[in-house]
Amino acid sequence: MLTIESITKYFAGAPQPALDAITAEIRPGHITGLVGPDGAGKTTLLRLMAGLLIPSEGRLTYDGLDTAGDTQPLHAVMGYMPQRFGLYEDLSVIENLRLYADLRRITGTQRQRTFERLLAFTGLAPFQKRLARQLSGGMKQKLGLACALIKKPRLLLLDEPSVGVDPISRRELWRMVGEMLDGETTIVWSTAYLDEAEQCERVLLLSEGRLLYSGPPQRLTRRVDGRVYQLLGIPAAQRRRLLTEILERPEIRDGVVQGKALRFVMDADAKPPDPAAFGNGPETRIVPVPPRFEDAFIDLLGGGPGGDSLLARRTFERPASERPIVEARGLTKRFGAFTAVSDNSFAIRRGEIFGLLGPNGAGKSTTFKMMCGLLKPTAGEGFVAGLHLARAAAKARARLGYMAQKFSLYGDLTVQQNLLFFSGAYGLQGRAQQEAVAAMVDVFDLKSFLGTSAGTLPLGFKQRLALACAVVHQPDVLFLDEPTSGVDPITRREFWNHINGLVEKGVTILVTTHFMDEAEYCDRIGLIYRGRKIAEGSPDRLKAAARTPEQPDPTLEDAFIALIEQSDAREAAAA
Amino acid sequence: MLTRLRALMTKELLNILRDPKSRTVLIVPPIIQIFIFSFAMTMEAKNIHLGVLNLDAGRAGFELVQRFREAKTFTRILPLQGQAEIAPVLDEQQALAVLVVPVDFSRRLAAGSPTQVQLLLDGRKTNTAQIVGGYAQRILEGFLAEQAPGAASRMPAVLETRHWFNPNLEFMWYTVPSLICILSTVISLILTALSVAREREMGTFEQLLVSPLQPFEILLGKALPALFLALCSASLLLAIAIFVFRIPFQGSLTLLYGAMVVFLLAIVGIGLFISSLCMTQQQAILGAFVFMPPAVILSGFATPIENMPAWLQTVTGVNPLRWFLIIVRGVFLKDMPPGDVMTNILPMVVIALVTLTAAGWLFKRRMG
Repeated sequence: MLTIESITKYFAGAPQPALDAITAEIRPGHITGLVGPDGAGKTTLLRLMAGLLIPSEGRLTYDGLDTAGDTQPLHAVMGYMPQRFGLYEDLSVIENLRLYADLRRITGTQRQRTFERLLAFTGLAPFQKRLARQLSGGMKQKLGLACALIKKPRLLLLDEPSVGVDPISRRELWRMVGEMLDGETTIVWSTAYLDEAEQCERVLLLSEGRLLYSGPPQRLTRRVDGRVYQLLGIPAAQRRRLLTEILERPEIRDGVVQGKALRFVMDADAKPPDPAAFGNGPETRIVPVPPRFEDAFIDLLGGGPGGDSLLARRTFERPASERPIVEARGLTKRFGAFTAVSDNSFAIRRGEIFGLLGPNGAGKSTTFKMMCGLLKPTAGEGFVAGLHLARAAAKARARLGYMAQKFSLYGDLTVQQNLLFFSGAYGLQGRAQQEAVAAMVDVFDLKSFLGTSAGTLPLGFKQRLALACAVVHQPDVLFLDEPTSGVDPITRREFWNHINGLVEKGVTILVTTHFMDEAEYCDRIGLIYRGRKIAEGSPDRLKAAARTPEQPDPTLEDAFIALIEQSDAREAAAA
Repeated sequence: MLTRLRALMTKELLNILRDPKSRTVLIVPPIIQIFIFSFAMTMEAKNIHLGVLNLDAGRAGFELVQRFREAKTFTRILPLQGQAEIAPVLDEQQALAVLVVPVDFSRRLAAGSPTQVQLLLDGRKTNTAQIVGGYAQRILEGFLAEQAPGAASRMPAVLETRHWFNPNLEFMWYTVPSLICILSTVISLILTALSVAREREMGTFEQLLVSPLQPFEILLGKALPALFLALCSASLLLAIAIFVFRIPFQGSLTLLYGAMVVFLLAIVGIGLFISSLCMTQQQAILGAFVFMPPAVILSGFATPIENMPAWLQTVTGVNPLRWFLIIVRGVFLKDMPPGDVMTNILPMVVIALVTLTAAGWLFKRRMG
């Protein structure tokens, strides 16, 4: 039993405590999810559990051992996998295992048996000689987990093992951890993906250092029972406008795009709206759907942010155009003998959201980088706004905005200096620049932070500033690299409100993501696997392609996995 | 383009100056270093013991020895009785040098024919020995000039003379201007070496690359602020040299600054080259420290280039610091004429062109 008794942790220089009076219990023999967005305090709590930090106030004990003092006996029974596991990148898979076995003093036949078990368990047996740095993100996480499991721990602490991992590897990680549960091992799995919470037996839900909920996830989800609906049968082209409309209704708590449908949560005791109000005849239906953990989380936080986007209102309407705005023609990238991307073509029309999906190492990042001009293709061409990416690189780049997954603004510069720099880098000056910057400050409510260093902003405002810097020059095309991974769900909804609004004004979006919630917002998805595009279509079409008698209503994640398995099967048949 | 470049340069300057750590690094260590190093690197020779074997019975020999006796440098004179005593005295470090006046010294001097005075130096203490050799040379020359005007030119030189423009042999005059060169090299090198690597590490580099900024604009935007800050830093050191150390500045400031810009551009090119090569700031710092020691040692700062083997002297030609040291010392201490300054600037122009082009080339290549 791991007991957390009113734990508070302050960090020097931070105005708020990282953890604020947390009291909870983690039951033995179970998997407990430590759930919350980035900055909620998950890592701090895990490090306190592991005895790597000393609490400012309160006490943490595991089976009577105080984590602040009894670190020696604690570490003997505990396994800890930090977010970036300490793999030695220049050692091979087996060498990493041997190293951790040596550190844990596992020798002789026990060592051989452990290695065999772990290699089979992780599916890494064929890759023993491969250097750790050449592994894909998912394989690295599996190897990290294997190293943490060398000596079977009674308490296993996993810090975001699934971050940046594709859905297939994510499922494998869950299967591996599931197999470990034998009634004795206690597992703490921290995650920012709210859908993973549903797979845990119990969860601790953290937000801004406070414990919002602890208990089985189903009990939290129950609070929105009978309040979640889907709006079906609306014209695809209107779903973004309808979402905005729905979100503006006072009795609607929250809403998101789900492929062609809209999903929304009603206030308690409110009646769902009349489908006729959305004026598409008898096709339009509103059906109740089972609630998700995220619905309950948003409800707990007091509902989503509404549907209006001031940014969209300030954006000028792009003229209609039949020509594709973003186009890839036979893009190919080879690194030496290795072909990362092979003959990839797609075209994105004005005002469309196109998603690039694929497992780690499939070539989607490479494709994405070629499309924003960060990488030169070995063969093929890319066009942005009709401009050739290689021949008119600077002109093409001037028309696009880019937002990286990691916060990548200048942390030492103030909010205002960042905005001035990015607007200046895009050639804005004088009054035009002043106005553009003022508009961004207004839209994203940054006024009170103008003189704050960007690096010290609260996470939600960092996210806003990043979008502000990406759109300050009013680009025609916006490239987003996993833009809301780890971001709290309210900020994520604000973000997508802006994106949806921009798309309505004719801005074109290319997004790459592992995050199925983001993929659902796409008009079309290109699924990349082993460097090739193996499927393309709307989220609903991909789901339809994966529909089987056993799985009549597959999620996008199911579809993703099914399509990749189909591709593997085809390849095996051809060989 | 100018708008973009201005935005980038403003950002670079702010980025360096807003970070309290890099702000401190820029100002405090150079000042501390110039004070500490100037005193640490003093090459003045004091408290020297000199052995004297005067075989000359004449007046001239006696006079010469008296001169050495009077010199402040030599605090103790050990009279020796014969050749056999020379080796033990040097071996046991009772004296750093032994002066041997030949039997026929007075006679030959009177006759106006060439003569030789021997000075044996303890080669284990190369630097001090060299300096003492210089002192001895000056004493001897002064003596000869009085004894027999015109004879000095016929005397074989004990060592080549290096102290013309530093008549009081103030070694600070020599080290402080050199330190200005070396410290400004360190600053410009570190600033530029870190610049790209830092952006790569922080993930801001891709954000730059997807903007309409061209690769050469990015390089220029990084080179110019670094150049500016290094110039500021060098000016500060220059002011310290002139106003605190009271080193007379003889030459033209314009020439010095012209040469400094060319020199710093060459260093900035090297810094950017290192930076384009590195993925992390740690690598960049290591890269800078791989460059610094050979650059200093092969510059003629501590050991004269003329003392190096011929092939190595050729190698020093590619070291911008070597040329800049000549200019700084020349302009500082002896008002080096513009022609001579130009002769030394020219190699630096070539070096700067090469390093900046190489940095640009590598930068573009690493992007593709």
